[in-house]
Amino acid sequence: MRSVVLTVVVLGLLTPIAAGLWQTGRAAFGILPAIGAIDASLSPWGGLLALPGLSTAIRLSLFTGLAATGLSLVLAVGFCAAVHGRMSRQVGARMLTPFLAAPHAAIAIGLAFVLAPSGWIARMLAMPLGWDRPPDLSSVNDPWGIALVVGLMVKEVPFLLLVILAALTQIPVRAQMAAGRALGYGRGLVWVKIVMPQVWPLIRLPVLVVLAYSLSVVDMALILGPSNPPTLAVLLTRLYSDPDIGLILPASAGAILQLVLVVQAFGLLWLAERLVARLGLVWLRRGGRGTSTEPLLHLATGATLALLAVGALAMLSLAVWSLAWRWTWPAPLPESWSLKAWATPSSGWARALANTAALAITSTALCLVLAIAWLEGEDRAHMPRARWAKGLIYLPLLIPQISFLFGMNVLVLRSGLQLGFWTVVWAQSLFVFPYVMIALSDPWRARDTRLDRTAAALGAGPWRRLIRVKLPVLLAPVCTAAAIGVAVSVAQYLPTLFLGAGRIVTLTTEAVTLSSSSDRRVVGVYGSLQAALPFLAYALAFFIPAALHRNRRDLRGEAFT
Amino acid sequence: MTLEIIDLSVSFRDHLPLFPPLTLTIPQGEVGTIMGPSGIGKSTLLDAVGGHLAHGFAASGQVRLNGRSLDGIPAEARRIGLMFQDAVLFPHLSVGDNLAFGLGRHVRGRPARAAAVAQALDQAGLPGMERRDPATLSGGQRARIALMRTLLAEPLALLLDEPFSKLDAALRAEMRDFTYRHIRERGIPALMVTHDPQDAAAALGPMIQLRGTD
Repeated sequence: MRSVVLTVVVLGLLTPIAAGLWQTGRAAFGILPAIGAIDASLSPWGGLLALPGLSTAIRLSLFTGLAATGLSLVLAVGFCAAVHGRMSRQVGARMLTPFLAAPHAAIAIGLAFVLAPSGWIARMLAMPLGWDRPPDLSSVNDPWGIALVVGLMVKEVPFLLLVILAALTQIPVRAQMAAGRALGYGRGLVWVKIVMPQVWPLIRLPVLVVLAYSLSVVDMALILGPSNPPTLAVLLTRLYSDPDIGLILPASAGAILQLVLVVQAFGLLWLAERLVARLGLVWLRRGGRGTSTEPLLHLATGATLALLAVGALAMLSLAVWSLAWRWTWPAPLPESWSLKAWATPSSGWARALANTAALAITSTALCLVLAIAWLEGEDRAHMPRARWAKGLIYLPLLIPQISFLFGMNVLVLRSGLQLGFWTVVWAQSLFVFPYVMIALSDPWRARDTRLDRTAAALGAGPWRRLIRVKLPVLLAPVCTAAAIGVAVSVAQYLPTLFLGAGRIVTLTTEAVTLSSSSDRRVVGVYGSLQAALPFLAYALAFFIPAALHRNRRDLRGEAFT
Repeated sequence: MTLEIIDLSVSFRDHLPLFPPLTLTIPQGEVGTIMGPSGIGKSTLLDAVGGHLAHGFAASGQVRLNGRSLDGIPAEARRIGLMFQDAVLFPHLSVGDNLAFGLGRHVRGRPARAAAVAQALDQAGLPGMERRDPATLSGGQRARIALMRTLLAEPLALLLDEPFSKLDAALRAEMRDFTYRHIRERGIPALMVTHDPQDAAAALGPMIQLRGTD
């Protein structure tokens, strides 16, 4: 069983990534027989370097990616330090769920509604400040990428908070906090000097995921980022989809450059980690204490709450815009409402919704079965998770999507397969599987294995133990993992674009395409649906176990843990 | 029916064995006891007999049940029941379904199986509690259900891992009598590890004091 699972994972998930990188790399050096390029050369790099705005694009990618990751980490750590112990993990997880569930593109569209010069924030300021027209400000698509950084942070801070909260359950924080404070250290200092150094190894991989994602994000950067020149990943997406197929070669060179940027950023983080560890020890040994960090904690808490408030406003604005009819400046709410934007499902949203749901259900089901098979295989082989296996699971999340998806597309076409529903399922599964696996692994290993042994002692074989004991007991985490899978699938933009050949229309691809159009009502419909689908999945993941286990006290309240 | 343990010893990876080789024969209907300080590997010994050893542990020596060696036979095929200090009832199943999970396949037909479950509940002094959530039972009730579930599987031997240590004194004596009585009635051998001398004294069977190898 273990070897079957490993074969499927290696062939299905790793080979396409490796082969996709290889194909992209070949194209970056001039070899792409499909368009008649067969001679190795450096000309794609020449073409890339000659692109106007390339250096600005690189600078923008680096700035937005590093700023979003760094600030998200600081806020998440500060917020945890301030509220830990006052907020249970369940309550925290439930509060963060909407932010984790909503796709990047939906948040971005909502944020554009909120932050735009004619958006909600400006409208609320208009009355007291007496503005009679929207301010002349580029608060969205600003040339520095600030709006993009804010957008990324709305998604990444909740993610990191959840990761840190999970890591904290492995550390006796209360006892260490009491010990530290009894020695005269303020809360913030105990947190930085004692707790964080233990948390960091547990959250390093997720932070790398955030870093890689922020450096190479496409959908959010298309909606919130600067447009001319855009970030590197957006620039490359444009080149790839340009009618001039000759641009594919420099685009591939750029895709390799994108990978190099991410690897460099990882190196930078590694250096920073070393430096902080070295200097931190010096600082720690000096024994400084006091409560001087208290204001910083309040600042981080305030900033995090403000960020979450803006994010909530963004999600709300999607629904409000989709229902608005007349909404003139500077009215804070629409003057008249209408269901018109919703009234014509045949105009496109019905088909996009059906496609999105079908893709999400299929890829989640596949990945869930694979993840359960993997974990059960570990049980049956009595093997703990090897370190390389953990890295293997994270791998698809650490490599920029744009660096291998085009190569994967070339590969599929060369093997004679049709691009369509199943290739999109495949491409999405590359990213759904890691999240499903990560979500299920800890609860799976934390379960009471005496139940398995008892069942075995009663004569139940491995299959009966799996189906009658393990899976029912783990119903809540299995459902949560499925909801996460659905959210990840719904959010995918590039995989759907590159492996669907433009034929598979989903809520996300439509929302991103329409986001630059003028009709905010229609965009609001797509954004709302896009956010609603994962919400629905999370709601089901909460209510199904609660309903099935309503008379089982020992299994209640385990959802979202 | 006899449970024979011959020169049994368990070691973790390439460390020294946890305890010196152990030999013990338990005739049918008797409760053999192994005493010893905590952390010495008493539970691991039971795992070796029941086939539940975790990865990295290796047993040497032999375990024979009714003259048949148990080498290489998986836990679910050994027909050796297992009782913990916590009842370890399946939290997702009702009390009745927990018992039905244990009930052997040979009892066929829904009415017959329901009757067997109802009878087991009677014996446990909990008649009519089929649909109860196990989490709502008291400690003593859970322990009795766990024993009934184990017995419904018609084990050929029983392993008891500090079975009474979580119960208070009055309940402990009662549960002890209940358990030993059922073991005698079934005529199966049982092996118990405990650090309570009273458990051992009441068991009346062979007893071994376990000491570490260091």
